[in-house]
Formats: sequence, structure tokens, C-alpha cells
Amino acid sequence: MSGRRSRSKQSSVSSITDNQITDLVSKLQHLILELRRRRFDKVSTSKVLQETCNYIRSLHREVEDLSDRLSQLLASTDGGSDQAAIIRSLLMQ
Amino acid sequence: MNNPHHLNPTSLKSRFTTRFLRALTKIRAQKPISSSSPTEIFRRYRRIKVAADKSMAYSVRSRRIWSRAMLWKLRSRSYRRQDPCSGRRSGKTNQAIMKKSSNENTTTRREDGVGFVEEADELRQLVPGGETMNLCNLLDETAHYIKCLTTQLFSPIGKG
Repeated sequence: MSGRRSRSKQSSVSSITDNQITDLVSKLQHLILELRRRRFDKVSTSKVLQETCNYIRSLHREVEDLSDRLSQLLASTDGGSDQAAIIRSLLMQ
Repeated sequence: MNNPHHLNPTSLKSRFTTRFLRALTKIRAQKPISSSSPTEIFRRYRRIKVAADKSMAYSVRSRRIWSRAMLWKLRSRSYRRQDPCSGRRSGKTNQAIMKKSSNENTTTRREDGVGFVEEADELRQLVPGGETMNLCNLLDETAHYIKCLTTQLFSPIGKG
């Protein structure tokens, strides 16, 4: 818990980029293609499952980061970043 | 993509964004006097995280095993907070969910020898309701669950 607090104090918001998502997806796709090319291989399957688990965990972390950012955003009343402005305008509709 | 007015109103992304925004507005309105103490920030973080999960689960409703499992978890948590003696009701709902998802309940444990039991179990821990799923359902639910997680992150709220 203290880890999260110190991180949110120091971090300058690094949200998951399109490139990161593309990389992860193409990694998964590559693994699945491997499966298809040869016969059903239990090693590849376990790799795919392992990668999937890692991917889901990283997505969970991103959602936690998003909640972190939002909670600080909702607390602040000053100008802030573009994202802050957009969210505030969405909330005021 | 950043303009919510261009969202297809029936899409998952739009349903999620609407619900999540509504929840955020409520949370914002509850601003206490000391709104930037670490305790308050953490409490608000928890509320926002739960709101994100709730918004997604309600947008998917009971069409998926994982969303049913998540909804049951959310509801039983709120019942427990209101009334500690609600164990019986939660138990009944849980049985209903189990029944829906375990009709052909052959787990990979019995089909051992294929070498990825551990990874499959690890995946079961990550996907809501995964413990009740056979391998076929697990993979199907995982794909949909991942799709919904990325919808959360790429909604107008997530990417800004």
C-alpha cells in the first residue's frame, strides 16, 4: 500500500500506449501462429497461457493506475493536464 | 475517438463510459473537507476501482460467466457491509452461478497429461469465476474478459 502511495507521488502518469498494446497483441498472435503451424504442442500452449496471464495482470495494473490518477484528479480543483480538462468537461455535462 | 458524442450508443464502450461517468460524478460530489489526505485519496481510489469493475460488469450483465461472477462478488460485498447475516442469500446466488457454468464440468485436472494444468489454473485465478470453468469455457471467457479490460482502458475516460 505504501508502495502505491509513493509511486503516485513521484510518477508522471504513464498510461498504456497504443504501441504497448500492439506489441503485446502481436506477441500473443505470434505464439498462436506457432501453435497452428506445427502440431498441437503442449509447450506452446503453456507459453500462450502464461503470456495471457501476464497480459491480464498488466491490464489489471493499468486499471489500478487509471483509478489512481482519477482519484487524484477528482481531488484537485486546479487546471491540470488535458486529460483532467476532458474528464471535468465530461463530468459537467 | 476522444469525443464521447461520436460513440455508438449501444456499444459496450459507450455503455461502460456512461455508467462509469455517472459513478465518478457521484464520487466527486461526495468530496469531504480534507479531500487530499492520503486516507481520503486511497478511499476514493478504492471506490473508483470498484466503480470501474461495476460499470463494466453491469454493461455486460449476465451474458458471460465472468460478469456473473463479478456481479455476484460485488453484490455479496455490499450485502455484507449492510447486513452481516446475509450469508444464506449469497450462498444461493453462488450456487446459481456455479450451475450455469459447470454443466460439462470436466476440469483439466482430470485430463492431465497435456502439460499446461498449472498455467490454466493460474489463468483461472485471474479471470472472475474461473475456478468453475472447464478449459473450453475458460479460454472463451478469457478472450471476452480481455476485450472488456481494454475497453475500459481505451474509453474516453481512460485515454483522456
